[in-house]
Amino acid sequence: MLDSIIFYFFAGVAILSAALMVTRRNAIHSAVFLITTLLATAGIFLQLRAEFLFIAQIILYVGGIMVLFVFVIMLVRLDVPLHHITFRFQKWVALFVAVALACEVSVMFWYVRQLPSAGLLTPPAPADKLPPNSEQFAKVLFGDYLLPFEIASILLLVAMIGAVVMAKKRT
Amino acid sequence: MSPALHAIISFLETWWVQLVSGVLIVAVVPLIAGYVVLVERKLMADMQARLGPMRVGPHGLLQPIADAVKLLIKEDIIPDSADKVIFWLAPVVSMTAALVSMGAIAFGPWFQVAKDINIGILFVLGVSSLGLFGIVLGGWASNSHYSLIGALRSTAQLVSYETAAGLAIISGLLLAGTLQIRSIVDAQQHYGVWFIFLAPVAFFIYLVASIAETNRAPFDLPEAESELVAGYMTEYSGFRWALYFLGEYANMIVVAAVATTLFLGGWLRPFPNVRWLNWLDVLPALFTAAVGAYCGYRAGKQPVRVQTLFMWAVAALCFLAALILAATLFVPPLQAAKPGLLGAFWFLLKVSGYLYVFMWLRFTLPRYRFDQLMHLGWYLLIPLAIVNVFFVAVAMMLETEFGWNRWLALIITSVFTLLAAAFLMHLHDKRTAAASAAASETSDSYAG
Amino acid sequence: MHDETTQKQNTLLGADELVINMGPQHPSTHGVLRVKLKLDGERVIGSECVIGYLHRGVEKIAEHRTYQQFAPYVDRMDYVAAVSNGLGYCETVEKLLSVEAPPRARVIRTILTELQRIASHLLWLGTHALDIGALTPLFYCMREREEILKIFEKYCGARLTTHAFRIGGLQYESYDTFEKDVERFCKDFERRIQEYVDLLTGNSIWIGRTRNVGILSTEDCIALGASGPILRASGLAWDTRKATPYAAYDQYKFEIPVGTKGDTYDRYMVRMEEMRQSRLICLQAIENIPAGPILGKVGKVLKPPPGEVYHSIEAPKGILGYYIVSDGTTQPYRVRIRPPSFINLQAFDKLARGHLVADVVAIIGTLDIVLGEVDR
Repeated sequence: MLDSIIFYFFAGVAILSAALMVTRRNAIHSAVFLITTLLATAGIFLQLRAEFLFIAQIILYVGGIMVLFVFVIMLVRLDVPLHHITFRFQKWVALFVAVALACEVSVMFWYVRQLPSAGLLTPPAPADKLPPNSEQFAKVLFGDYLLPFEIASILLLVAMIGAVVMAKKRT
Repeated sequence: MSPALHAIISFLETWWVQLVSGVLIVAVVPLIAGYVVLVERKLMADMQARLGPMRVGPHGLLQPIADAVKLLIKEDIIPDSADKVIFWLAPVVSMTAALVSMGAIAFGPWFQVAKDINIGILFVLGVSSLGLFGIVLGGWASNSHYSLIGALRSTAQLVSYETAAGLAIISGLLLAGTLQIRSIVDAQQHYGVWFIFLAPVAFFIYLVASIAETNRAPFDLPEAESELVAGYMTEYSGFRWALYFLGEYANMIVVAAVATTLFLGGWLRPFPNVRWLNWLDVLPALFTAAVGAYCGYRAGKQPVRVQTLFMWAVAALCFLAALILAATLFVPPLQAAKPGLLGAFWFLLKVSGYLYVFMWLRFTLPRYRFDQLMHLGWYLLIPLAIVNVFFVAVAMMLETEFGWNRWLALIITSVFTLLAAAFLMHLHDKRTAAASAAASETSDSYAG
Repeated sequence: MHDETTQKQNTLLGADELVINMGPQHPSTHGVLRVKLKLDGERVIGSECVIGYLHRGVEKIAEHRTYQQFAPYVDRMDYVAAVSNGLGYCETVEKLLSVEAPPRARVIRTILTELQRIASHLLWLGTHALDIGALTPLFYCMREREEILKIFEKYCGARLTTHAFRIGGLQYESYDTFEKDVERFCKDFERRIQEYVDLLTGNSIWIGRTRNVGILSTEDCIALGASGPILRASGLAWDTRKATPYAAYDQYKFEIPVGTKGDTYDRYMVRMEEMRQSRLICLQAIENIPAGPILGKVGKVLKPPPGEVYHSIEAPKGILGYYIVSDGTTQPYRVRIRPPSFINLQAFDKLARGHLVADVVAIIGTLDIVLGEVDR
């Protein structure tokens, strides 16, 4: 019962914030609502006992990427591009894509419900029997998926170096 | 009784400790932060050959209350062109981040709000980094160019030093092997020695990085009064400013608690495993009794009667605390309380020591210029932290894979880390000298 | 407004230049100084000092006061070092009258002026360190300055605007424990200077904030007319006390500290050493204060013969000069004061260019200006 309340609270906050985010005029307000959405999603992760994912969401998404967003919004003058509306049919395309996505997601839900054990490959384990979250995560990441992890790290390093080189070239 | 009422009662039964602790944190921590401010003012005064607040209450002890009341009754001024919602939100975010991160910290083996969080230290780090938004939104909401620049500089500083702090913490975590706060302290007990002795360089990196994290001197350029750029707090007055301020001090306590947990042995006494040093357990009671005795001695020398009475009251409180601490050692029924109370005492002592170092550095050192600050973070601290992580990992590998003696491995790798540190500092000095020489050469001002 | 700050200059990335205003109300401008800074991002590419907020018309007032009546006014110029101002004025009028103060007066004048030099440098050090972020040296400096001001108060009744000297000598005899007080202060002061040195001189943050900041070469100093510790820090050993000795300076042995680079750190070192040298002068002087009268042969009504005279002394801030034109009456025809801070402030633009905004505060501090003197 408590679980449901918590879940509906976080889910409600996430959806409401997402809706508010796309409807605000002020970019900073949108950024703040995006932060609340991400925090609510992190809350849902926490409720699912995915603790590492919860804190990774907070540190990386909210503490890193959103800070970057906010920096850019504050440093770049946004009113200039706002006045150039280049695409006339934007509303209709958005509506079409939203409806298509909604249909796909509902079909997926309906289909998954028909499957035995609700579509999960293995039955969900009782929460307190799970081994510690971060250790499991680390074992899998550095064991089975070491190569993709290293490739992703090199990709990020290349991106960082590229950004520094590009910034330096202008000065 | 209705099932909803049942549900509520069972909820309260299981979670009442957490709820009460949460309320306590929100209610008590700002008060404690206020008194930390008073302690800082008194310490500053002592180091500057003066007395500090003396008027409000005996020896200025009601000063924080007076300040809080004054700030609360001040007129709430919001700049006309400021964004009202964000203006309101920013100090709240700052304070909330600091308070929530305090929930995961264990002030002793018994006192922890969020018990057994799997990701303990990471939680504290992550949530306290949300305080960034308080700063950056505050600078934005003030709608002043200078406040915004100050806020962005402060944020850049915080982000850079967070990286260094995180990397320094990783060294400690490598030694502990887990993120859980309780297990980290248990690991230090298992090793028999605090992690500061096993990874000293990591501790010093964390010390410097945490000073920069909390915007304290010598890294307080964004907040300095005598600088041009006003800083994010300029437009905030009254209690909004007080929230920022208290958030900063709460953050200091959090950072000190993390350092104590990870490097200073948490709630362990010095040499926790050595049997013949068990008499050190008497130290908390002795220390408190000594403080009480000093207060009693000074009580006779007070000029004003209320101050005399007050000193006697403080002395009585100290003796009471000493009695309780001693009772846990010697009175058998209370011995179960021993690890809890003594542990809490040691923890608070270490946190206070760490905060004392913060304050001491603030009064002694001049301020870094912003470019020097960023230079220090990126060119010195972060490479050094990475090198440190590498060497600690090598030491652990030597111990587990190759069977070396743990101490030997750690000492050798510490030596290498110190050599790397010396090399990096040498490079840092060369670069700063070159940078300042270059700056002075380009100024050929009479040519135009 | 037609000044250099309005001309466009080459900026990095072609970005907008920013003109920001510092003062006249600002914790670090040491008075009512207004500085307009032209910035490219964080770098200063031009500046203009706007002064006059403390102009009181002192030189005009002088034309309507008798010579003795004008003496208290000069204290209010460099209010941090009032005794030096008084010394310069009294000696100039004595030169005009062709009288000499008696030896006893000259020695006591020297002691008080050197104590005032120490007090002025202490205030400079405290505020300069405070601007750069070191909170503590200010209080230590105030503690020492307090001792000196107590000596002044015992001597002439005032701490700040002392009017200690009279034309022709002194009015007040030195009080009973004068030598003992000065000796006790000087003996204690060596230890105190060591405290400041420990806090600042070797501190890498202090060095980082002051080394290579605001370099002024000797040629520039001479071209701009900068004098005092600024000139000496750039490498030229010029001190009016040695070049054209006045009061009793020719009787004492002291050294002139000289810097090498002319940056803020060198000026800091020069002023620290000057405090030590002043202390030595005081110690030498109190050993042998000659007995005798304290006031020379000067009548009650002063009517100097028509003529003009210029006399300069080494004030703590630089060369303080007085140019007095007399027309034979009891009131001077013209008194022109050469204030060291006013002329040193001219160097500000040259010093500040190319540096970051955070260095501007250090540069204002290192010039050691007092707005009372700049504006008169």
